[in-house]
Amino acid sequence: MEPTDAELIAAVIQGDTASFEPLIRKYQPRVFATARRYARRESEVEDIVQEVFIKAFQKLRGFRGEAPFEHWLMRLAVRTCYDFLRAHQRNRETSFTELSQPETDWLEQFVAEPSRADEHAEAARQLIGRILGRLSPSARLVITLLEIEERPVKEIAEITGWSVPLVKVRAFRARAEMRKILARITKEKYM
Amino acid sequence: MNPSDLQAKLIEAARKEPLQDQVPYAFEKRIMACLASLSPLNSWALWGRPLWRAALSCVAITLLCGIWSLASAPKGDNSDSFAQAFERAVFASSDQHLEDIW
Repeated sequence: MEPTDAELIAAVIQGDTASFEPLIRKYQPRVFATARRYARRESEVEDIVQEVFIKAFQKLRGFRGEAPFEHWLMRLAVRTCYDFLRAHQRNRETSFTELSQPETDWLEQFVAEPSRADEHAEAARQLIGRILGRLSPSARLVITLLEIEERPVKEIAEITGWSVPLVKVRAFRARAEMRKILARITKEKYM
Repeated sequence: MNPSDLQAKLIEAARKEPLQDQVPYAFEKRIMACLASLSPLNSWALWGRPLWRAALSCVAITLLCGIWSLASAPKGDNSDSFAQAFERAVFASSDQHLEDIW
């Protein structure tokens, strides 16, 4: 029978570092999926995931076991991603480079007939990825958590450490920031 | 075209994107290697800083005590007078006895 998370954590705290490996193996797919929402390059994603697990190991004594380990780890992962966004704030795209042909085609299709533009299209995903890349760190975080992952405001407040009203204010600003970017693209292209 | 509609459509596209949770081969080994290299370093770092602080404060206290003792020491060398006074005190009774005999 496989040891439980609590048993593994207790063993790590007792000094058995090797017991941390099954925890990494179990949760790394989720941490990778989270990191890929905030970083584009694979090397950056790997660095984020590594930092998350190192932080988790160092702070494991602070885990009180009131919530599942997964929740604690994911909160750590989101905070690490936010730190990454803030650290790389200067590297984010400040101006929109030329849209690719599939992106332009998708936009044209959307302009002609919004209901027929396919949300599954790779071009739409690329476009939203580029728009998210232009948002400020807090706007990107709140759009990802609230709009894309559809998490409740209260949960976002717990994850980020922000108050509920602050999450709401930042969500409002983030949506406005995103609309502004979209308006600029469409203005350049279709007006 | 309304940017809000485009925003909603693009967010819908992002929601429908499948989770990319693939993990590079043996990634957990890489983290374990990092942890192995970090652990002894951290314990030294943990002790190193307070020990350095303690050593520096000890040196500072020693210097202050040295300066204070030098500053508060009497200026003149009175070791001779102290010796004479001590000698007088010790031999006072015997001197008295000798005077009585004479």
